[in-house]
Amino acid sequence: MITYISLFYVNLMKNKHNIGDKVLLSGNEAIARGAFEAGVKVASAYPGTPSTEILENLCTYVGVYAEWAPNEKVALEVALGASFAGARALATMKHVGLNVAADPLFTAAYTGVKGGLVIVTADDPEMHSSQNEQDNRNYAYAAKVPMLEPSDASEAKEFLKTAYRISEEFDTPVLLRTTTRVAHVKGMVSIGRTEGSSATLGIEKMPEKFVMLPAHARKRRVELEKRITRLREFAETFPENRIEWGDKQRGFVASGVSYLYVKEAFPEASVLKLGMAYPFPDRMINDFASQVKDLFIVEELDPFIETHVRAMGIACKGKELIPAMGELNSYIVRRSISGEAAADLFAPVPIPMRPPNLCAGCPHRGIFHAIAKLKVFVAGDIGCYTLAALKPLSSMDSCVCMGASIGTAFGMEKALGKDALGKIVAVIGDSTFMHSGITGLIDVVYNRGFSTVIILDNRTTGMTGHQPNPSTGMTLGGEEGTAIDIEALCRAIGVKHVVTIDPHQHESAEKILRQEIERPEPSVIITKAPCALLPEIKKKKDKKLYTVHEKNCTGCRSCLKIGCPAIEWVPLTPEEAEQMGFKKTQKGHSSINPAICIGCGQCAPLCKFKAIVTIGEGNG
Amino acid sequence: MGKTTNLFLCGVGGQGILLASEIISSACMKAGYDIKQSEVHGMAQRGGSVVAHLRFGEKVYSPLIEPGGADIVVSFELLEALRYLPYMNRHTRVIVNTQKILPAPVATGMDTYPPDVIDQLLQRGISVLPIDAYAIARAAGETRAVNMVLVGALSALLVLEEKIFLEVISERIPEKIRKVNTDVFRKGKESLKGMLATSQ
Repeated sequence: MITYISLFYVNLMKNKHNIGDKVLLSGNEAIARGAFEAGVKVASAYPGTPSTEILENLCTYVGVYAEWAPNEKVALEVALGASFAGARALATMKHVGLNVAADPLFTAAYTGVKGGLVIVTADDPEMHSSQNEQDNRNYAYAAKVPMLEPSDASEAKEFLKTAYRISEEFDTPVLLRTTTRVAHVKGMVSIGRTEGSSATLGIEKMPEKFVMLPAHARKRRVELEKRITRLREFAETFPENRIEWGDKQRGFVASGVSYLYVKEAFPEASVLKLGMAYPFPDRMINDFASQVKDLFIVEELDPFIETHVRAMGIACKGKELIPAMGELNSYIVRRSISGEAAADLFAPVPIPMRPPNLCAGCPHRGIFHAIAKLKVFVAGDIGCYTLAALKPLSSMDSCVCMGASIGTAFGMEKALGKDALGKIVAVIGDSTFMHSGITGLIDVVYNRGFSTVIILDNRTTGMTGHQPNPSTGMTLGGEEGTAIDIEALCRAIGVKHVVTIDPHQHESAEKILRQEIERPEPSVIITKAPCALLPEIKKKKDKKLYTVHEKNCTGCRSCLKIGCPAIEWVPLTPEEAEQMGFKKTQKGHSSINPAICIGCGQCAPLCKFKAIVTIGEGNG
Repeated sequence: MGKTTNLFLCGVGGQGILLASEIISSACMKAGYDIKQSEVHGMAQRGGSVVAHLRFGEKVYSPLIEPGGADIVVSFELLEALRYLPYMNRHTRVIVNTQKILPAPVATGMDTYPPDVIDQLLQRGISVLPIDAYAIARAAGETRAVNMVLVGALSALLVLEEKIFLEVISERIPEKIRKVNTDVFRKGKESLKGMLATSQ
């Protein structure tokens, strides 16, 4: 609880700005400020890197209702409802979140809006923190909605405000796309005044606009086509689509952060900057192309602009030079275009990798250590616990998207029949279960499955930075909400065997796991223990830290199997081993770093020689 | 103010690199520079390797430093200095915190920590400024202030006035721990100045 409230106040203090101030904001902080200045009344989101900080900041502005929804589909529906009531509304999500929210998006394009509606999609080229690097500009084309694409924090704020004006003027939802290098890049932003919406609040029945049964939808379909034609015309004079004339030997078309890479790499060249990624200003593109000698399209990921330019019959160079995978930077852009030789760089030297790891005292570590012993197929899910796929735990065998664990485990079970019993488990976090795991569990119960589902309940949404979720009970704004009882929910769905255990006690957890996976009926095991980074654990006083009683350590390395960052292997030469009173053949001993240990105690039972003891116990 | 200055920060998740880079950026902004500061959140913070790119000057476009383009590198951990070698060039000055944080493959005995990190940098003609920021922070009674020791050290290489940094620290650091952070900032700066004086 304390985390959420203190984070709220930290952001509250940080977001007290005066009009006219120039402040350093990230793209996400700037979008939050932009939403406030645009007079947004309702905002809903599900946390996801790189979009999370938008709502974490927006909730501190007075007069804005901001919430964590259970998933992105709900978030967009909440925002759409607020728009139907005449309020300016915002839904934010990471790129894959828009897949979840795609259903309301495509039909919201038909209904249009009353109050302005903007959806922020934060894409993650290079997959810094994502399972794929899909290019969500394709959604704008597919759903026939306009998309704005800022290139830095200052534009992010202004474009968001512009997006609301476009939304209300054209009666359409508007997409605003950022990427990691816009969302998480800080730059200078001018604080502006708040403005109002042209819509009025209230209930208004407009069934032909809001009830999308086929007869109405066919009419709206025609409107949709008229609207996109009007938007194409608007794009021609939209000031954020602009030509910066320079040397006409090379002309570049770019949007988003790619524009900045072009400016850095070729400051003298002519550039057509597209502030609106969709629809395209065809006349402007034609005009630009006709005046430059060579036309280059510089864009991250898909050839979205390039495909359009080529379809217009204009010769250009794009993906044959610029990589279609990963992030760009000015170095890649310069070399790809000019063909200049690689700079004389220092070659990387082979050094130990530093992969991310579950924290010391993480409750997930204990349960994954127990799961690893069962030698089962682990259908995994999205969260910190996906790190259990890495060595030494190596106990996750699939991970696809939010909520996929239960469905995939069940599908394997149906494919293999009775042979699957005792061989597959699904593992899902509390927040992910709330997001889209519940429906998977319903499928298992309804269709006579026998899946074993392990719900890792660490009382928070860990990976994205500790946001509360419906099972935590605390709201985004730090108010007490109703905590959804996971155990009661599973029982209500019809799971007869639901057991809650302490994951730190991995020996007893293993016994229960062995019993539940053999059960020819659906069962749910809830492992309940707070995340090690929550203040209730971090600031706990009388923590009993552990240490290695070296005399008892035989160097068997059993304790290293759980991969705790606090346990370190100290290699010894035969002479050193002898000096320490070990056998000459002992290659080393374990040691616990007291600065990292938080006293969870998971390691102690792993040592058969009783070498791991609490500090003060057994001369440790 | 003409040329853009490229500062590359690297270290281990949890060392306070994001706060340090925010303080440096705010100071640059107060001094009247345009600034872009890029970092990555999420997965990268679970004890993994973390970097921040800071670029300031009259007008900054790209948020990312090019390979070979770092003017100054501040490595919050010894080994990490070596990991980002491709961002350095022969004129790069590298402030290295000599503190070691064992990466998982080393901690579990699967790999060894290179014994000669600083020598490897020196062999390539890079100027290295090693500083025991952990010891300085510990002596001040706040081991979590390692990041501010390094901000202090970095400030010795920048043209920004100390006053500006102290202003930013007082705005961004809670009162309870403000004094210790200011103290270690100064110690870090003095330590680096001492090094520069002896090397000249």
